[in-house]
Amino acid sequence: MQNSATQDTLVGIFIATGIGALFFLAMQVSNLGGFNAVETYTVTATFENSGGLKVKSPVLIGGVRVGRVESIELDQKMFQAVVRMQIEAQYNQLPEDTTASIFTAGLLGEQYVSLEPGGMDEVLKDQSQIEITQSAIVLEEVMGQFLFKDRGSSDSAAE
Amino acid sequence: MLNILTKLGKNTRCSFNKLGKSGFFLGQVLIGVGDVFLRPRLLSKQLYSVGVLSFLIITVSGLFIGMVLSLQGYYILSSFGAEEALGVMVAASLVRELGPVVTALLFAGRAGSALTAEIGLMKATEQLSGMEMMAIDPIKRIVAPRFVAGLISVPLLTMLFSAIGIIGGHLVGVGMLGVDEGSYWMQMQSSLDFYDDILNGVIKSLVFGFVVTWIALYEGYSAVPTSEGVSGATTRTVVNSAFATLGLDFILTALMFGDI
Repeated sequence: MQNSATQDTLVGIFIATGIGALFFLAMQVSNLGGFNAVETYTVTATFENSGGLKVKSPVLIGGVRVGRVESIELDQKMFQAVVRMQIEAQYNQLPEDTTASIFTAGLLGEQYVSLEPGGMDEVLKDQSQIEITQSAIVLEEVMGQFLFKDRGSSDSAAE
Repeated sequence: MLNILTKLGKNTRCSFNKLGKSGFFLGQVLIGVGDVFLRPRLLSKQLYSVGVLSFLIITVSGLFIGMVLSLQGYYILSSFGAEEALGVMVAASLVRELGPVVTALLFAGRAGSALTAEIGLMKATEQLSGMEMMAIDPIKRIVAPRFVAGLISVPLLTMLFSAIGIIGGHLVGVGMLGVDEGSYWMQMQSSLDFYDDILNGVIKSLVFGFVVTWIALYEGYSAVPTSEGVSGATTRTVVNSAFATLGLDFILTALMFGDI
């Protein structure tokens, strides 16, 4: 049996490593370290189809992450998806005629919002809306079109 | 037939009796918890025997479980060409499920059985009655510090287990199998949420620590004061802790992650 001072030291080390592990999980494993501290502003965009976009999906410009999706709601009048995005405050030079598109990373990867800056002088501010949008490409629709086209051509060949 | 019914009735009555007694015992312990902080020396000693001595088994198991998860996950994920998701898979399964559950099971085997045996033997050798003769409340002096030590140790051990497991997964996935280091960490960070995943894991581990320590202490305190009785109580501690942990895990998971 060790004497109690050594024991106290070991208990101290134990508790310190335990809290250190929690800190490691918070900073390195979860997203607590990254985005929450940064100041952001919100812009909205209306899509006919938001596809598989989720809350917290990334918002990219030229492949660089500039923000994330805050919420996705349905506009009751237009029956379109309203996507609110938090953009980091340092990217405050986006022209007003920026277009927003929903793309998929890879064939089956997660979906993200891609912003393509336009050429106007006015810039997007907090609560402003992106007018030009392009909906998510739904794989089934594309495949359906292909299959339909194929069958159409084979039908005409049979005739 | 009548015999079976009689037996069923008796068992039910006994188990309700036991449940009531253990609830009463828990109440007494919770009343005694306040006194623990007046004698931090006792708590520190118990933290040593319950927490520090479990340190090695938890870290070694965590390391190997993380490594195995990474290895198995890689073989399955690589057949879909999704090796980048390895970090998410390892971290999510460790933080949400395996960390709290395996830690609680190991803790029941390593520390819970020791607590039961210790208190059971104290009872068998009449140390507890001796204390009562000296007007020292054995619940406050013996049981409550062990309870608090278990409650503090299990969440800390769980955090250690998960962290070491993720590092173990990194060693195998990035070091041996050649998954990209950046995507291992980045996919993990973008998919796991601090409040939804990690804090829920901490809450789970708190619940498990509470239940496992409670079972261990109650079984020891209510053990039949013979060598046979103490050995039976030790076995019941491990078995009942495993049942309680796995059952509660299902309920907690359904409550926490049901809507995700």
